[in-house]
Parts: sequence; structure tokens; C-alpha cells
Amino acid sequence: MFPRPIEKSSAATATTYKIALPIALIVWLLPLIAVMLTSIRSVGDINAGNYWGWPSSFNMVENYTSVFTNTPMFQYILNSLRVTIPTMAFTIVLSCLAGYALAIYRFRANMLLFFIFIAGNFVPFQILMVPVRNLSVDTGLYDTVTGLVLFHSAFQAGFCTLFMRNFIRGLPFELIESARLEGVGEFKIFWYLVVPLVRPALAALAVLQFTFIWNDYFWATVLVQGDHALPITAGLKSLNGQWVSQWHLVSAGSILAAMPPVAMFFLMQKHFIAGLTLGATKG
Amino acid sequence: MKFTIKSAVLGSAAWALASTAFAGELVINYDGSDPAPKAAFTKVIADFEAANPDIKVKWNLFDHEGYKTSIRNFLTAEAPDVAAWYAGNRMKPFVDAGLFEDVSDVWESAGYNETLAASAPSMTIDGKKWGVPYTYYQWGVYYRKDIFKDLGIEVPQNWEQFLAACAKLKENDIAPITIGTKFLWTAAGVFDYLNLRTNGYEFHNDLTAGKVKYTDPKVQAVFDKWDELIEPGYFIKNHATYSWQEALAPMVQGKAAMYVMGNFAVAPLKKAGLTDETLGYFQFPEITPGLPKAEEAPTDTFHIPAKAKNKEDARKFLAFLAQADVQTEWNETLGQLPVNSKSQVADDQFLKAGFEVLNNAKGIAQFYDRDAPAAMAKAGMEGFQEYMINPDRRQKILERLDKVAKRVYKK
Amino acid sequence: MAMATATDLPTIESKGFIHRNRMKIAPWLFLAPAIIMFLIYVILPIFQSMSISFYEWDGLSDPVFVGVANYIELLDDELFYTSLKNNILWLVLYMLAVPAGLFIALFLNQNVWGIRLYKSMFFFPFVISQVVVGLVFSWFYDPTNGILALIYGIFGGTAPAILADERYVTYGIIAAGLWPQIAYCMILYLTGLNNVSPDQVEAGRLDGARGWKMLWYVVLPQLRPATFIAVVVTVIGALRSFDLVSIMTSGGPYGSSNVLAYYMYETALSEYGYRMGYGAAIAVVLFLIMMVYISFFLYRMYRQEVEEG
Repeated sequence: MFPRPIEKSSAATATTYKIALPIALIVWLLPLIAVMLTSIRSVGDINAGNYWGWPSSFNMVENYTSVFTNTPMFQYILNSLRVTIPTMAFTIVLSCLAGYALAIYRFRANMLLFFIFIAGNFVPFQILMVPVRNLSVDTGLYDTVTGLVLFHSAFQAGFCTLFMRNFIRGLPFELIESARLEGVGEFKIFWYLVVPLVRPALAALAVLQFTFIWNDYFWATVLVQGDHALPITAGLKSLNGQWVSQWHLVSAGSILAAMPPVAMFFLMQKHFIAGLTLGATKG
Repeated sequence: MKFTIKSAVLGSAAWALASTAFAGELVINYDGSDPAPKAAFTKVIADFEAANPDIKVKWNLFDHEGYKTSIRNFLTAEAPDVAAWYAGNRMKPFVDAGLFEDVSDVWESAGYNETLAASAPSMTIDGKKWGVPYTYYQWGVYYRKDIFKDLGIEVPQNWEQFLAACAKLKENDIAPITIGTKFLWTAAGVFDYLNLRTNGYEFHNDLTAGKVKYTDPKVQAVFDKWDELIEPGYFIKNHATYSWQEALAPMVQGKAAMYVMGNFAVAPLKKAGLTDETLGYFQFPEITPGLPKAEEAPTDTFHIPAKAKNKEDARKFLAFLAQADVQTEWNETLGQLPVNSKSQVADDQFLKAGFEVLNNAKGIAQFYDRDAPAAMAKAGMEGFQEYMINPDRRQKILERLDKVAKRVYKK
Repeated sequence: MAMATATDLPTIESKGFIHRNRMKIAPWLFLAPAIIMFLIYVILPIFQSMSISFYEWDGLSDPVFVGVANYIELLDDELFYTSLKNNILWLVLYMLAVPAGLFIALFLNQNVWGIRLYKSMFFFPFVISQVVVGLVFSWFYDPTNGILALIYGIFGGTAPAILADERYVTYGIIAAGLWPQIAYCMILYLTGLNNVSPDQVEAGRLDGARGWKMLWYVVLPQLRPATFIAVVVTVIGALRSFDLVSIMTSGGPYGSSNVLAYYMYETALSEYGYRMGYGAAIAVVLFLIMMVYISFFLYRMYRQEVEEG
């Protein structure tokens, strides 16, 4: 293990380390702590410039209630869910199928297709912006949740296919071979044999996708504009224009926007990190 | 179920019912996200629905800055039935692209040609009317009466007095002028006034129409005046960090004394604690002696997008919103001036003063970013902001603007 | 597999053809949905953008073909050069996330009580939307109320207006961007460190390698896969720097914090923009820069695929 385990060092070093840890964490998360504190401050504190002292009163309930009652925040959160969840499902279906094909079958275009999916995943959004927006306008999908879902699903299919393909490659190929010898149809092999085996990968993919899509801001700005479809990231930006200097509300809104992915991360931590670091250990 | 003629008739009847129910819904996109405009508009909608019980209004509220981008999108895609916008050159690209409906008929039938005559020119392109104005407001200098009084400063009538007032404030550690240039247009307000007072109304129009160069000596003269404010440090520090609303704070706190602004600033200033005793308004002072004074008074309007689904009810709404009594009440809450000549101006010192100033104005300018084409306005306002931070780059900036102008106006 | 034969009963001929060619057809059936979606939303738009970049188009009226005029204009556009310069700044400074992430990972790679919780808390910034990060840092930098003003105040100074000063603004935004990016690199390295072979570390210790030497000669070579991924995601993150610029400054003051990604958006879709052709030309430039990295990445993947067979 590197660095040398702290328990093998002197007692003094070990104690220093244990004290340094929480301090480092507080410094690291200072921005977040500040936001949390601010989100429960009163208007009085904000106007008096008391951002960093002890709050003169705790207005958590008031501030958060105010965010929900005076703004479409609830609608934004709902929209984010309406975009995120179907995208997750749709991408997973697309990428399982495609990943399976690229992992199992040997055919000439295999490598080329695989590389196109990877490359597409890294492309700057801006090169897609104008045509995708026009396409959405022409098909009536502009300013709809469906339009966002379709785009995200298609774009994320690149990364997810890479992910699934690598995962399926790691499965014991003999299982598939023997099923084929028994005359099982290709789709049945996929459905009854492979899908159950890739469940852990699906979980990892689902949490990653949730975070990526939830946090998307660019496409929400480009493809959607009305409150009825605006996800929380773009909604927060728009509210920021209205909440001038009302940092307690901005903070409360920010916390609300940050909460779902943070919760998701905590619940599914193992899968999340497994998904994110795929490729960081091999290759 | 067997398909019969009867069921087909029933079906289409049901469909027809459904679509009339749909037709009774009027979708309006509006950009007044600040408290006063929002409250005023809520009231207007309630009144409109009361007057038209069969129409159900659904309105989308947009952030004021964000709306300016959104409108491009929704006009070409999912259009509402009514959309808020601005008069003059700012609506021209949409009219040219056939995105706004000709509403001359509404003007005709509602008698607006008479009651809204004053604003008719700014709503007319190719002899047709393209929208209905609901409010306008004066610009000028808002100032802290109490601070002026404490320091013995008189309301300045001309440039020398204005500079003297600034100097006096500065001596007393009060920032003479507050401004927030983060969203650029506030700087354009200052530029416009310096230009209107130095060179006059025609020159403003010539410049925004691309007929004069930015390196023209007359424009240089405007910047010479601006220098006189910037070099001694009469504007607040860090103004590029603030939005116009954030820049109100120093004035409320008494750390700054003046703000070159539109009348919409009064509502938030009063809400933050200023009163008729502490807050005052004066017309931007004279610079070139004897030059007739023109004013900035942007007009806000409503339009029917060409792709609107419910144009019939949209016309009803447009006819409604410019009625004398509607505009009286609306603008009272809004704290602005009604466009309808039969409307009453609210009993408010700022509005009365503004009304007076505008009535005597030599000409009414919409605003730099409404009179100049969008691409020019963007470059121009960025240039103004850059200049306010780095006055020494003036020449370079003006040359760059000429370059942009050459491209923008060639069409 | 009775079930399989019971349902697989189409006509004899078609079964014969499909059966004979099923190994050829099957992959395409599996791939079809993803390929179609990817083609419509990713591949074709790239070419459409390239084509649009040869037009002058405001999105309202008909596009006019102008040849390479947009590219020629780019060459004489100060804002474009500012954006390009800032992009390079982003690329260079964003790289700090890699060593910083490694440093934190080394710091946290211990087995004390509660360390797992610490690791996940350190990872937090990455999970949060950049919109939130941007808002938080804007407020941090606020010259009147921000923490920076407070710190300067303690030492009796006045904080600079980071986001309103062309000298600092880009650095200020990059610093905000580094926060989540460091967390990302950290987690990559933590996973990598888990897989560092204890034997080799022990062997190194026996050879007298310690501290930096151990890190450099023994540990880092084993962390190469993690480093590679960290560099790739950091480069991409740097070139995609749209969200923070949009939230924190909108490219201001006067365009001095612009980056290509935001400048493109501003030109093509913002309030004063709507020059789709010109925007597309900027996007093409950004795309070409990114292609350098994509090719590099693909080449490495290719080598690896070939090795693995």
C-alpha cells in the first residue's frame, strides 16, 4: 500500500493525520457549507451583509417554502425527473443492445462502429447545437421534454455503448458459445443469459446517467425555454436573474438542485465509482 | 364497437368541442419578472378574464434578460398567442421575417389610431401596425434628495453644475454615480444621454442607423464628456460585477447619490426603503447650450406571433390592453407612463415629472440597443463597458466598432 | 430448450435464410436502434454544422451561401482570439486537477476509521451541477459580500472584483471549474491506488525507495491507466467549459472571459446573436481542436484493442 499506512507511523503522525482529515474536509467543502448556512439565513442577515457570522435567526422552513411557493421550482424538479428517468431507461436499452453486438460478434465494421461511438461521445456540443435545434424545431420537439430525452439518449448512447461493450467482453464467452451450440436464438441468449449477468453494470450506468443528465445545463438552454419543460439547472439560472442579491433564496435553490444527484451518489456509491472509474484500472 | 356515421358525427362533435375548449385558452409570454410588473400583469390578466369569461389565460413568466433570447426560439417554433416585446427597430427583424402578425385592424377597430397616435410611428413598419404598446417610461437621473440637501447641492441644470455636484459628492466620500454594467445596457443609457445632449436627436438616429462612423469627431466629443466622469472616478467601483438591480444597493445605503436609469428603478428603490423625501428625479442636464433636449423613453409592447394558434382571442387581448382605463391602472402599479392619451398618469412625483419631460421632448429615442441593430448593439455596449473600465483604450474600441458597423450595415 | 423451438417457427424458407445468415444479421439488428439515434443526433449534425459554416444565416430568413467568408472573418475577430487564448489557458490550468487529484488521493489512501465517508465527501463537488458551482463561486468572488472580500478585509485590504476584471476573470472561473475536476481525478486515482501491487511497493521499500522516489518510480507507472483517463476527461472538461462561463460572467466583462464553447453559443443563439453560420464556423474550429485529442485517445484504444485481440 502506498503511501505507508498511517497506523505504522508514529503515534504523533497518526494523531496529526486524524486531526488534519476533518480540517481538510471542511476547507474543501467550505463553499458548500457556506451555501447551506446561507440557505437558512433571514433576509435581514443578507441585507446586513452577515453571510459568515452566526445567523440572527434560522429561516430554513421559510426560505425553502418561499422557493417552492413563489417560483416554479417544483415544476423544474418534476421536469428534471421527466427528462432524467426516461433518458436513463432509453439509453440503457440502446447501449445494452449495441454493446452486446459489439462485444460478441465479429464482423468487419465492428471496430469502426465502436470507435465512432467513442469519438461521438467526446465531440464538443457546439458542433451539434444548431442542427439539433433545427431538427427539434422542425419535428415539433423543440421546447418539449421528449425532445431533450431523445437527444440525451442518442448522445449518451456513445459512452454507454463503450461501457456495456467492455463489460460484456469481460463475461465468460463460453456461456454464450454453449448456448449457441444448443440452438438458442441470438435474442434469447441476449435476454435470458446476458442481461441477468450485466445487472451490476446497469446499476452503475444508471447512477452515472442520472447525474450526467440531471446536471445538464447546455442542452436545457438550447432545446427548452418554457417553465413547463425547463429542468432545474436552467430553471435555477433563470431564477437567479430574478433573485437579485437574494442569496438566501439562490442558496436554497442550489441546495435543492444539488440534492438528488448527491442522494443518488450516496445510495449507490459503489456502483457510481465503479462506473466512473471503468478503464482507470485497466487499459 | 362498430364504426357508424353516428359515432363519427359524435366523435367529430366531441373533437370540435375539445378544440373550442382549446381555442378558449390564450397563451401569453411575458418578461416582467420583477415584483411590480409581475403584480401589475397578474391584475391585468384577472381583469381580462373577468371581462371575457370564456377565455382562459395561461401566461409564462420569463426572466427579463433570458426572454430576449427565448423570443427568437419560440417565435420560430412553439409560438404563444401573445408575446411581449419592444417597439422600434427591435421588432424589425421579426416583422421582416414574417414572425409578427399585422394588427392594423385592431388599431382601427379599437380606435387606437387616435388614442395611441403618439406611439404610432414606433409601431409602424411598411405602413402597418405590428403590435400594441402598453407602457413607456422616462429615463433620467435618480438621486438622493437628502444627500444633496445635506451637502448643499442644487439639482444641476447643466454640465458644469453636474460635474460640480459630482466633485462635491466625491469629496464627501460618496460615490457620485452608481451603475451596474454586468448586462451592458446600463452603460448604453449613459452613452445615449451624453450623445443626445452633446449632439442631439438626429445624430443619435444617424449613429444607430449606421450613417456616421464611431471614430467621427462628434462621437469623440461624447467620449470627451464621458472622460470627465470617469477620470475623476465618479462612477462606483467594480460596476461590471453588478446587475442594474445590485447597483441600487449603494444608493439605498447612501454610499452613492445618483443613478442614470429608467423609471422602473423607482419601485425597487422605494421597496428598499427610499421615500419621496429621500429619492428624487431630474432631467439629464444640458451639455451643448441651446440644443433641444431629446429623451430616452423605451416603449414596451405586445404582439401576436404569426404562428399563434388562437389569434382571435389574442386580438381581443390586444384590444383590451390599450384601453384607457386598463392602461391607467396597469401603469399605476407598474410605476410607468400609460401610452393611451386618454389614460390618467398616476399621482406620483416621478411619473408626473417624467410625463412633463417627455411632453416637452424634442424627440423620443427608444434606447441604444433598440435603435441599433442587434449585432451592432452588442459590440457597441461591450465597447462602452470596456471603455468605462479602460478609458485609455477609447481609440481602439471606436475603431473596432467601425469595423463591426461596416459588416452589420452592409446589408 | 423447448421454449426456443416452440416460438422460433416462422416459415421454412425464411427460417432457412435467417438461420444461415443469423450471425451476420443479428449484430445489425442489435445495433440498429443505437446507430439510427446516434446518426440522427450526433453524426449527421457534425456534417450539417460544417455545411452551415459556409452560409450566412440568421435563423429567420433563407441562408445565403458565402463560401469561406465566415472563416476569413474569424481570422480578424478579436473576440475569437480572446476565446482561443482563454481556451488554451483552460487547457493548461485545468491540468492542475490531475496532480491535485493525485495529491488528495494519496492523502486519503489510508485505513483509518471513517475514511470511506471522507472519501465520498471529498468527491461531492463532482456530483453537483456546474450551475450550482458557478453560482456558489460567483458569490464567493462578490467584492462586497463574498468570502474573498472577507479574507481581504481581515488583512485590511480591498478584494479585487475577480469576475469584473479582465486580468483575473478567467482564472477565477477556472478555479471554480477545478474544484469538481480535482474531485473527479481524485476518485480515479483512489481506484487506481487500490490496484497498486503491494508486492512491488514492498520490493521498492526493500530497495530503499521512499517518498517521492517511490511515488515516481514505483507507484506512478502503475497508475498510468488512471493518469491517462484523468488527462482525457480533464482535456474534455476544459474544452467543454460552457456552463461556468455562462453562469458566472456570460463571457464578460466585454468578452474577456469568453471561451470558444460560449462564444459559439453567444454568436449563434443569444440575444444579440443569431449568426448561425458564423457560430457554426467557431464550432468547427472547436471541433478540430477536440479531434486532435479524440484521435490520440482512439489511437491508444486501438493499440490496446489490437494487443488484446
